[in-house]
Amino acid sequence: MPSLFATTREFSGIAIVDLSGRISLGDGSALLRKTVRDLLDEGRTKIILNLGDVNYIDSSGIGELVSGFTAVRNRGGELKLLNLTKKVNDLLQLTKLFTVFEVHNDESAAVRSFT
Amino acid sequence: MAPETKHLEVTLDTHVESVNLAEEMCVRVAEAAGFNEDECYRIGMSVREGVINAFHYGNQEKPEKKIHLAIELTGERMVIHVMDEGKGFRLNDVPDPLAEENLLSTSGRGIFLMKAFMDEFDVLPGRTGGAELVMAKRLPLLGSTSNNGNGNTASSDAAPHQEA
Repeated sequence: MPSLFATTREFSGIAIVDLSGRISLGDGSALLRKTVRDLLDEGRTKIILNLGDVNYIDSSGIGELVSGFTAVRNRGGELKLLNLTKKVNDLLQLTKLFTVFEVHNDESAAVRSFT
Repeated sequence: MAPETKHLEVTLDTHVESVNLAEEMCVRVAEAAGFNEDECYRIGMSVREGVINAFHYGNQEKPEKKIHLAIELTGERMVIHVMDEGKGFRLNDVPDPLAEENLLSTSGRGIFLMKAFMDEFDVLPGRTGGAELVMAKRLPLLGSTSNNGNGNTASSDAAPHQEA
């Protein structure tokens, strides 16, 4: 069974990716990488990753989030995070990545932040 | 009389699945030893990161090489050893992932997480020729001063033969 599921929807020109499961070494990290790359290939550079159902991230997953953030930024876009679980929130605090990512707890606010 | 030390040792293939297997094994031992859910998560994550390090950096994903995992339960601590068959490394040579210039690095956070999540952590020259990561956590009944995952109390008596 895949460790991560990703579903992409669109709202006002913004791609919202609902992720659930584990972003970890192996298929979880690979799916996140492919999802972001596919969006960029389609020219979609405003991306929100909804991590509300992601209960586990390891260092490989953290690296993939950073990689996605950098790839989107290099295309002139923005990648933002939504609905962090406590474990993910704590990891981003611990690794100081809270200072890098824009994080939202409300989807409407996250969407509005692009305008 | 001192409690008996329990010892478990397994040899893992250099394969992604070994990362999950090692994590699951250690979490089960930690649960049986009485660690709570949060501590089991931290122990599991640390073992996972240790085996990822062995898989990727130590053995360079070469399938002919092995990863050696050992778990010891003493009366006071759970000690975990992860050994690879690579070239070894020095802990002092590992870049700080919190440094401004490294924040956007896509790798290099595994050692940091192990140091943060365990009570003791060190890297030794391994008997298999590569690196031996040694990490320990005090057992719950004696671990009232155990850190909460935000601190770093690396080294000390988990690693009496430190040379790195």
